[in-house]
Amino acid sequence: MSPDSMVRMANQIAAFFKTQPKIDQAQGVADHLSDFWEPRMKAQLVAFVADGGVGLDDLVVEASKRL
Amino acid sequence: MKDFVIPWDGVDGNGIQDDRDMGTPAKSGAPVTLTIDGFEITVPTGTSVMRAAAEAGITVPKLCASDNLEAFGSCRLCAVEIEGRRGMPASCTTPVADGMIVKTQTPKVQKLRKGVMELYISDHPLDCLTCAANGDCELQDMAGVVGLRDVRYEAVETHFATRTASGPNPKYMPKDESNPYFTYEPSKCIACSRCVRACEEVQGTFALTMEGRGFDSRISAGTKLDDFMTSDCVSCGACVQACPTATLQEKSVIDLGTPTKSVVTTCAYCGVGCSFKAEMNGDTLVRMVPYKNGKANRGHSCVKGRFAYGYANHSDRILSPMIRDTIEEPWREVSWDEALGFAANKMRGLQETYGQKSIGVITSSRCTNEETYLVQKLARAVFGNNNTDTCARVCHSPTGYGLGQTFGTSAGTQDFDSVEHSDVVIVIGANPTDGHPVFASRLKKRLRQGAKLIVIDPRRIDLVKSPHVEAAHHLPLRPGTNVAVVTAIAHVIVTEGLMNEDYIRTRCDWDEFLDYATFVSDAKNSPEATALLTGVNAQELRAAARLFATGGNGAIYYGLGVTEHSQGSTTVMGIANLAMLTGNIGRKGVGVNPLRGQNNVQGACDMGSFPHELPGYRHVKNTDARDVFESLWGVTIDPEAGLRIPNMLDAAVDGTFKGLYCQGEDILQSDPDTKHVAAGLAAMECVIVHDLFLNETANYAHVFLPGSTFLEKDGTFTNAERRINRVRKVMAPRNGYGDWEVTQMLANAMGAGWTYTHPSEIMDEIAATTPSFADVTYQLLEDKGSVQWPCNAEHPDGMPLMHVDGFMRGKGRLMITEYIATDERTGPRFPLLLTTGRILSQYNVGAQTRRTENVAWHGEDVLEVHPHDAEVRGISDGDWVRLTSRAGETSLRVTLTDRVSTGVVYTTFHHPDTQANVITTDYSDWATNCPEYKVTAVQVSLSNGPSEWQEAYASQAAQSRRITPAAE
Repeated sequence: MSPDSMVRMANQIAAFFKTQPKIDQAQGVADHLSDFWEPRMKAQLVAFVADGGVGLDDLVVEASKRL
Repeated sequence: MKDFVIPWDGVDGNGIQDDRDMGTPAKSGAPVTLTIDGFEITVPTGTSVMRAAAEAGITVPKLCASDNLEAFGSCRLCAVEIEGRRGMPASCTTPVADGMIVKTQTPKVQKLRKGVMELYISDHPLDCLTCAANGDCELQDMAGVVGLRDVRYEAVETHFATRTASGPNPKYMPKDESNPYFTYEPSKCIACSRCVRACEEVQGTFALTMEGRGFDSRISAGTKLDDFMTSDCVSCGACVQACPTATLQEKSVIDLGTPTKSVVTTCAYCGVGCSFKAEMNGDTLVRMVPYKNGKANRGHSCVKGRFAYGYANHSDRILSPMIRDTIEEPWREVSWDEALGFAANKMRGLQETYGQKSIGVITSSRCTNEETYLVQKLARAVFGNNNTDTCARVCHSPTGYGLGQTFGTSAGTQDFDSVEHSDVVIVIGANPTDGHPVFASRLKKRLRQGAKLIVIDPRRIDLVKSPHVEAAHHLPLRPGTNVAVVTAIAHVIVTEGLMNEDYIRTRCDWDEFLDYATFVSDAKNSPEATALLTGVNAQELRAAARLFATGGNGAIYYGLGVTEHSQGSTTVMGIANLAMLTGNIGRKGVGVNPLRGQNNVQGACDMGSFPHELPGYRHVKNTDARDVFESLWGVTIDPEAGLRIPNMLDAAVDGTFKGLYCQGEDILQSDPDTKHVAAGLAAMECVIVHDLFLNETANYAHVFLPGSTFLEKDGTFTNAERRINRVRKVMAPRNGYGDWEVTQMLANAMGAGWTYTHPSEIMDEIAATTPSFADVTYQLLEDKGSVQWPCNAEHPDGMPLMHVDGFMRGKGRLMITEYIATDERTGPRFPLLLTTGRILSQYNVGAQTRRTENVAWHGEDVLEVHPHDAEVRGISDGDWVRLTSRAGETSLRVTLTDRVSTGVVYTTFHHPDTQANVITTDYSDWATNCPEYKVTAVQVSLSNGPSEWQEAYASQAAQSRRITPAAE
């Protein structure tokens, strides 16, 4: 997966959960990633965050720590 | 066309239950008792005497009556005597009355009927022995029934003689053979009007009419200058089915003779899932006739299911397995053993080199439930990973997510019969007259009875205005703004207090509703605020919202125009919200109804094709769900989700995904961003394509396993109503094996040790492991015809309507649906928005329909452009244009139409030489990765012919399809 695609897909997920009230939004993103992303995709995301996570929504960065 | 003598109890396994023509439609009034020929019979008020007699087992002769049409009373053959009434009334138009005493066979009526028949026959050619309808002709049968022995009238002036004594007969009209599937032979017409009425009442197209009066009456398709092909006829076959003589006759019957055997099966085209009788001579299919007891179609059909089955015998069909080491080599025909051994070694080798998760499968939404179940089982139990996905990824995966979140199940809430009780219907992002034609006919019938229609679609689809149907409101939104429009409708309903508060309080979570109400009431979600964005007139939207909320039973039908967006899942939630807000869930006539694209998309989803779900929508992370399969299969199931189709392709480009078994799907043509798909496939070391034809994906394949058609195997399909319908084998597989056998042989070549001997055993395993299928068996389907899941101890007869007393998840969940614009934007380089769709005569990537006579209606994909957009670009109707997006470019011809708004262009994706998906991008739904097919920023300009990509593609495809035959 190209970093651009990954960033866009992850940010799209965050954009949805940001609109949901009264929930732990970061957990919502983390749960979604954990339910639907295959391990190598999650690993790529975690590594990308470790590398600075340029372009990622803060909510994704927070969620990636809970994967 | 008459019904054949058939066993009514289906005892011989052909699935046929009583499907006699009862003469007039069933009614549902209070019981009325009458006596017919001395037998007492009780029927509902409003029933005709003819039907009552049929219920009592007494057949009254008839020609112009048929139980799918309202009585017409023109042939006079069904006359009976009724005590206390004068004359001999027509039994088809005479309603029953309490205490009525009817005699259907008296010397008086016998004489009358004989006289009527004598007149008919005096103007009918007596070429019965060489007539295509010989043995299948109601006129012939009635002549026999009434005892016609001689005709006293001399045929001086006729419609059938080509010449008269003084020269050519001006009344004679030659056969119209313009339609590829049936002929119209006016000389055999008895002017019963059944075809005209079928076109109106059943199909709803109004293409046929009766020209002239009295002796000059003739059936006419369109105007006097038209033939069937130039008229509005959509070739659904209803008129052919209705015709009692050879006047409208299938060309296949003319060629092959009348069939001798019928087997009930299920159409393999769209998600309506029509039941058909496959009518056979030996193992030759003579014709497909819609089956009256089919609960999805109720005896109706479209041009695809009725006629477009010729691909099964097309010369392009591949019948021998083939292999090659690289895609640059020609194919080598080999034995099944060699092909399967080659495939198994390669796949196992890849796993040894690149890891257990380096290979995967794509299950087919065109194959049966049983076959799909086996393919996902192959991934989970034999490959040992969850890398399984299906084409629902690219069509209705957002339905699964959206309805799962809001209602708790991933399925439509109704049966198709439900539409007969709807008062207001919203059709959003769907074009039923083209995509789901038989449902469209049922919908149009209800609209003609007075139900109101709201169409939400960027294009002016046929339903917006067609004969005797006109939408109350058409909201022509800008592609990509579904969420804004749906939320604005909710805004109107909530702010004007039109919601159903009682329903919300009892069925939904009230706190969530309050949050939702606050959200939608925000002025930014009002139709006035969103109009600039959506292009939808605010007053029109308000009126539509009011109509839906207050117009009675409100039903929503939607298609891929909803799901295939970056906010596809959010729109599905928004639709569920509208239904809950207005209390339109849980009874007849209402509901949320996804119109599924392919025949078994619902089934493929149910069977655990998705990489995160086991059969029955149970996430692989759940230990209890895994336990069921682990103990039965004796394997360990990976608790982590596998790769979805786009992720597989990404991983292939990254070098971590190396092998794919793809059954009955053509991802290279159907999936977005063709160049990326091609790069992914090219990066794999073993691509196994299992299909009828060398499809586009096969250009990149190393193993080709020949597939079987739906006529060649047993199984089940599950349609958009959750209805599990039987598919019955009517001929041996031309490739040697049903697809379930091929998958089993591949699994066994990889060491699986599977021993299924019939698909019913696979269904038994599905039932044993999947709670919603617990009571489903082939015997049950034999007894009931079909059943809608869930079918288990709690619902032994299945469930026609869902969420009746409460939602599957408990309380319905109203969800906040904030509009978030897609990243795909128009700009100076790409100022137009492309949206894509289907056309009636073609199906999906066209692999089947392009190999039938259906190409007569649609031989190439064309681009619809608004005349204003064309004018500023110097483009005229019929010009070749270049269509360019940031993903790629292609060339195709243009048609100018105001069906699309300015700024929007539209095309279909049925032809590989156009490759509309070269243009579409890799953007996708946020929740499910369903591609955003429906919104691509493009430019259109004049061109001289095919693009470089098209030329390169055609040459690669030709190179890749070379075959070296096996040595004898």
